[in-house]
Amino acid sequence: MSNPHDETEIAAEPRFVPKPKDIDSDIAWAEINGDVLRSLERPRPLFWVIFFGSLGLFLWGVYCEIYQYNTGLGVADLENPHVWGLYIATFIFWIGMSHSGTLLSAILHLMHADWRKPIYRFAEAMTTFSLMTAGLFVLVHLGRVWQFYYVVAYPSERWTWPNFSSPLVWDATAIGSYLTTSVIFLYFGMIPDLAICRDKATGIRRLFYRAMSVGWMGTDRQWANFRITYLTIACLLIPLAVSVHSIVATDFAVSQQPGWHTTSFPPYFVAGALYSGCAAIITLFIILRYTFRFEQYMTIPILEKLCKLTFAISMVWTYLNLIEYASVWYGTDSFAKQALIYRATGTYAGWWWAMNILGSIVPFTLTFKAMRTNIPAMMIVSLLLNLGMWIERFMIISPTFAHGYYPWTWIDGWWPNWVQVGIILGSFGWFTMLFMLFCKIFPSVSMYEVKEMVYHRRAPKKHRAAHAQPVGQAQPDPS
Amino acid sequence: MSFDNLTANWSKLRVKRPQPDMYKDAPYKWAMVIDLDACTGCNACTTACYAENNLPVVGKDRFLAGQAMHWLRIERYWGEGTEHTQEFPEQGAQFLPMMCQQCEAAPCEIVCPVGATHHTPDGLNSQVYNRCIGSRYCSANCPYKVRYFNWYNYPETAWASPLEQQLNPDVTVRSKGVMEKCTFCVQRLTEAKNKARTEGRTVRDGEVVTACAQACPTSAIHFGNLADPTSTVARMWMAQQVELAAHPQSKDEQREKEGPLDENAETLRGYRILEELRTFPSVVYLERIRSSEA
Repeated sequence: MSNPHDETEIAAEPRFVPKPKDIDSDIAWAEINGDVLRSLERPRPLFWVIFFGSLGLFLWGVYCEIYQYNTGLGVADLENPHVWGLYIATFIFWIGMSHSGTLLSAILHLMHADWRKPIYRFAEAMTTFSLMTAGLFVLVHLGRVWQFYYVVAYPSERWTWPNFSSPLVWDATAIGSYLTTSVIFLYFGMIPDLAICRDKATGIRRLFYRAMSVGWMGTDRQWANFRITYLTIACLLIPLAVSVHSIVATDFAVSQQPGWHTTSFPPYFVAGALYSGCAAIITLFIILRYTFRFEQYMTIPILEKLCKLTFAISMVWTYLNLIEYASVWYGTDSFAKQALIYRATGTYAGWWWAMNILGSIVPFTLTFKAMRTNIPAMMIVSLLLNLGMWIERFMIISPTFAHGYYPWTWIDGWWPNWVQVGIILGSFGWFTMLFMLFCKIFPSVSMYEVKEMVYHRRAPKKHRAAHAQPVGQAQPDPS
Repeated sequence: MSFDNLTANWSKLRVKRPQPDMYKDAPYKWAMVIDLDACTGCNACTTACYAENNLPVVGKDRFLAGQAMHWLRIERYWGEGTEHTQEFPEQGAQFLPMMCQQCEAAPCEIVCPVGATHHTPDGLNSQVYNRCIGSRYCSANCPYKVRYFNWYNYPETAWASPLEQQLNPDVTVRSKGVMEKCTFCVQRLTEAKNKARTEGRTVRDGEVVTACAQACPTSAIHFGNLADPTSTVARMWMAQQVELAAHPQSKDEQREKEGPLDENAETLRGYRILEELRTFPSVVYLERIRSSEA
């Protein structure tokens, strides 16, 4: 498959500046299959370290949750007025994480940005699992979780419907549809790759992949239907992704509490969501690249593009964040202004400043190419950005409870206790565990799309090769 | 009751956004007047509320952790610097009994995902324990923070035998994970209304009072039917020129328009807490005029 003549052809073009390539155009189809399928078998030992570490965290979270479930939410040190605590903050965080998968897989798909191809699969899996984690937080947070289905609009003999003016009902609907659609999208886009797995697998795995690949034969007709359906689901998914976080934002914007009652919240939340999602994709990119030996597919130029995207979104978030401060500061709502001042100077001042620095200043490191291409540095920066975004959610929730309308309820120094922190760590464990399992069971790099990408990289060269002679020739003299 | 029936009667099932004067023609609108000048901060009302409404006593640790279940709380406020300068800081304290304000346009009602809190034609903001799933959104959106959540399963622990014998049989004992709040002693109101209905009349003024109003030694808490213009509460609201469904109050508008206050306006001391949020509370407080040094 490799074509040694390509290099000479490139050199023949005088204006060609050699750029680092997103992907090596000389990879053979079978090599792609082999590399990706190997990730289903023998990852590097770090995989098991991460898997069992996250399993341990998850079990710890389960212990905390069982304790809380049996004893009551009081053990989480929730109180009046801090009735929500970190659960809702972390819920927003996980909902936010889910957005960038859709950005990469659906929006960039429509925009034909083909550098997303090696990485969109795991980003989409991240979407699904973080949405599931967010859903768990709703359940963890409810006082009577065994009756959570009351918020779902189902025909009931007692004529009871949920209260449709409540944003929580919108939430349940939006998250439910987004989760369903993104699971379908993730699975549907994987079918051709599952067929490759089926062809290569043996024994019980073969049965599994056969069932999962639903009779994919790779015929022209199947591919044509596949393309159209994939595009349709992608188009369906984008409005859902935007709506779901806008609706989560209305949980706050619709309420009248100082610091929450802001009309700019929906775009602010969506920007924050994309931001933390992109940062999380960078983190997972680096982990997967190492543990599954995907160096050839998850290349540094792709990481660089991802970093540029993250930087752009971080600036959008910064802008919306400043808008929120400005609209509160110059607004007429003195309570909201007080709440803002409290955030900057009260008990949570350290966290608030940390959020602003991590969210708006740390991303400027992404403007340096040396940083963008440095993997350990990017690992640290992406974790810092996500920490900043988690703090952002914490800073939306807790200061408003601590400094609401009614002075009697102003309370200083509320901090989450070990049960809350344990459940939150458990959620990270749960997410990482599921994600790692996914990458072990399903191809986390889209084989057929990487082949497409490699193909498209080759095509221009062939084009150049055909026209090498005219390009190399001197211009004819006009006189 | 089929699905078709449900969809056909959709408009009846819609939850209406709470509005002041939604039940304008209803025979009852329960309301309160609390005279802060008369309040001595003795906590008798709180104690009566605990006894009447089966409130669990949570103990010192949980109280300090902010998990107290007092539907009615006495808030203490100090003037600038008094807390530190006086030998006995409590001497300078001013008191304010705070309970659910039974808002006409209650912020808690629109955000409850399951409609567990809703407006009754009596003007009460009711809480349906069996429907509550414990999302605590109502409490998050309550500007007064007068909603209390059952953080633990109090029926198991709060009343060791034989203490459960003293529970009020007319009031539900709430289990773990539901929200609760002041109901204006709805069990008493229901009883009085039922009695009046059998006798073919409406409830008379003073026939029913809440436990806090009953227990108040200085009669600082007045309770009654605002829809009945002859009731004490309605007359006090009128005397203070507080209108239930108005914001801003016409007396305030007048004061703004006409500038300097006339003699009569100076004596008006009725106000509703956080009225500018347009929650239209049903509790009027009478400003304190006695100075703290007196």
